[in-house]
Amino acid sequence: MRRTSSKARRRLRAWGPGLLLVSPSLILLGIFVYGFLGWNVRVSFTSWRGQTPVYDWVGTRNYSELFDNERFQIDVRNLAVFTFVFIGGSLLLGFLMAMLLEKGVRFEAFFRSVFLFPMAISFIATAIIWRWLLNNGSGESTAGLNKLFENIGLGFLFSDWHKTPSSWAIAAIALPAGWALSGYVMALFLAGLRAVPEELKEAARVDGAPERKVFWHVVRPMLLPVLMSAVVILAHISMKTFDLFYAIDQGNLRIDTPALYMWFTTFQPGFFARGATIATLLLFGIAAVIVPYIWWSVRTERRK
Amino acid sequence: MRAVLKTGRYLALFLLVCFFLMPVYALLVTALKDPASVSVVRMWELPSTFSLENFRIVWPDLQEGFVNSALLAVPASLISAMLGAANGFVLSKWRFPGADFAFPLILFGMFIPYQAILIPMYRTMQSANLVGGLDGLIIVHVIYGLPITTLIFRSYFTGLSDEVIEAAKVDGAGMLRTFFYVALPIAPPAFAVALIWQFTSAWNDFLFGVLLTSREFWPITVALNNIAGGQTVPFNQAMASALLASLPTLLVYVLLGRFFMRGLMAGALKG
Repeated sequence: MRRTSSKARRRLRAWGPGLLLVSPSLILLGIFVYGFLGWNVRVSFTSWRGQTPVYDWVGTRNYSELFDNERFQIDVRNLAVFTFVFIGGSLLLGFLMAMLLEKGVRFEAFFRSVFLFPMAISFIATAIIWRWLLNNGSGESTAGLNKLFENIGLGFLFSDWHKTPSSWAIAAIALPAGWALSGYVMALFLAGLRAVPEELKEAARVDGAPERKVFWHVVRPMLLPVLMSAVVILAHISMKTFDLFYAIDQGNLRIDTPALYMWFTTFQPGFFARGATIATLLLFGIAAVIVPYIWWSVRTERRK
Repeated sequence: MRAVLKTGRYLALFLLVCFFLMPVYALLVTALKDPASVSVVRMWELPSTFSLENFRIVWPDLQEGFVNSALLAVPASLISAMLGAANGFVLSKWRFPGADFAFPLILFGMFIPYQAILIPMYRTMQSANLVGGLDGLIIVHVIYGLPITTLIFRSYFTGLSDEVIEAAKVDGAGMLRTFFYVALPIAPPAFAVALIWQFTSAWNDFLFGVLLTSREFWPITVALNNIAGGQTVPFNQAMASALLASLPTLLVYVLLGRFFMRGLMAGALKG
């Protein structure tokens, strides 16, 4: 009995100060992340509408109403289209840039800086620049990218961008989003490509493998984790991004997403319960990609 | 064949540079044109006259937001970097039982969609009387910045050899002494990464700013969106405002890009 208590005291002396040092952060994150997430889920089961909170219990009514809600259905489809085009485009572009830079080119630092600088700019500023580039005026008032296409003889590329009546309108927003983030993908791939040990590639070459086979059998398998990181990061950004869409064309339902709907329904007419329901679904969507990713990252780290 | 490949590579890189700089070109030539000669349909034409008039027109509306964002981003990044340093040290070199369980839980905080904490956070800040001014916004930025700063420092301190820590322990140094005299003196690079990352995210944030501040405390992004977000605002003023609002983070990027890049890698959990 005495032995265990002195052991506990020793453990406390050993770990206590460390625990004390991190506990403010742990408590704050506990409240502001997990407490608030739980609270928000709770709100999604109420009928709270208007400025006074209501904590009744309506079961899953908000969820079933949301699934029948036409705007929400459009938003989910928009998000799917956007995620597909944005991730696909950014991956292709980022991978291409990494491959071009990998072998070492002159002015590499310059190219890298140019491909990455949009990440330093806010989505609001990005949106304000691009809303003028994605102008759909025609004839005399042709402007933006369409004007540029016209000037360089590519007039057939003329597009109505996010103002087209097509259900693919939101794909136009993948252009500014990809402009902002494909440099990130490049940086990830470049780091991944350069982490492949030169000896491995050399060994394959000595065995007589041509370059493309070296890439396919040696480099490609080692890039899979990078590809996964990039997809996860981009997917979660595409689900939660709000300001880029908001500032490009506020109120245009063709580029509406759940993240925007949550904002507008909660803070304008005060449908708090519905907003919380959308937010809960967003949380689960993101958790579905992020939780396995964190689990995998932590496990890989432990194996090292 | 080799020469063709090489030319092709530089040609592709050149086209990519054009794509990335094309918005910057439009931004610069428009912002520097005489307001009278600006028209959206001529946005790709070089200015025939050079003028700083656009900046003069928009600056009074942006000035306040600029100051607010500086008053908010500087303390927010300093505080969360310091807390992150302590957390990162403990979670890598002074692991208490359960530390390996706590770390992934902390990490999750940097990926959550902020929509899912917005309502409770707003209510809490409201009842704490922290809505309207900058204090509440700083607190929120500090707290939601903790996961990434913790991650940055944890990865950094993991590289610090255990022998150094053991030596300090043998010399009788406790946790705090080891942290202050052994870990912190070697941590400036990690501070640079964490500070730059936090400064950039606080400066560029819109969602928290628009929710938590009233007009006179609007951060720059909210002010920018208010000035340049409408369809009626003159094109030249929109461009000049966007340029001014982006200058501080661009400057940080140009001067300290190396650290910025490391922050990016940390953000993808690739410390």
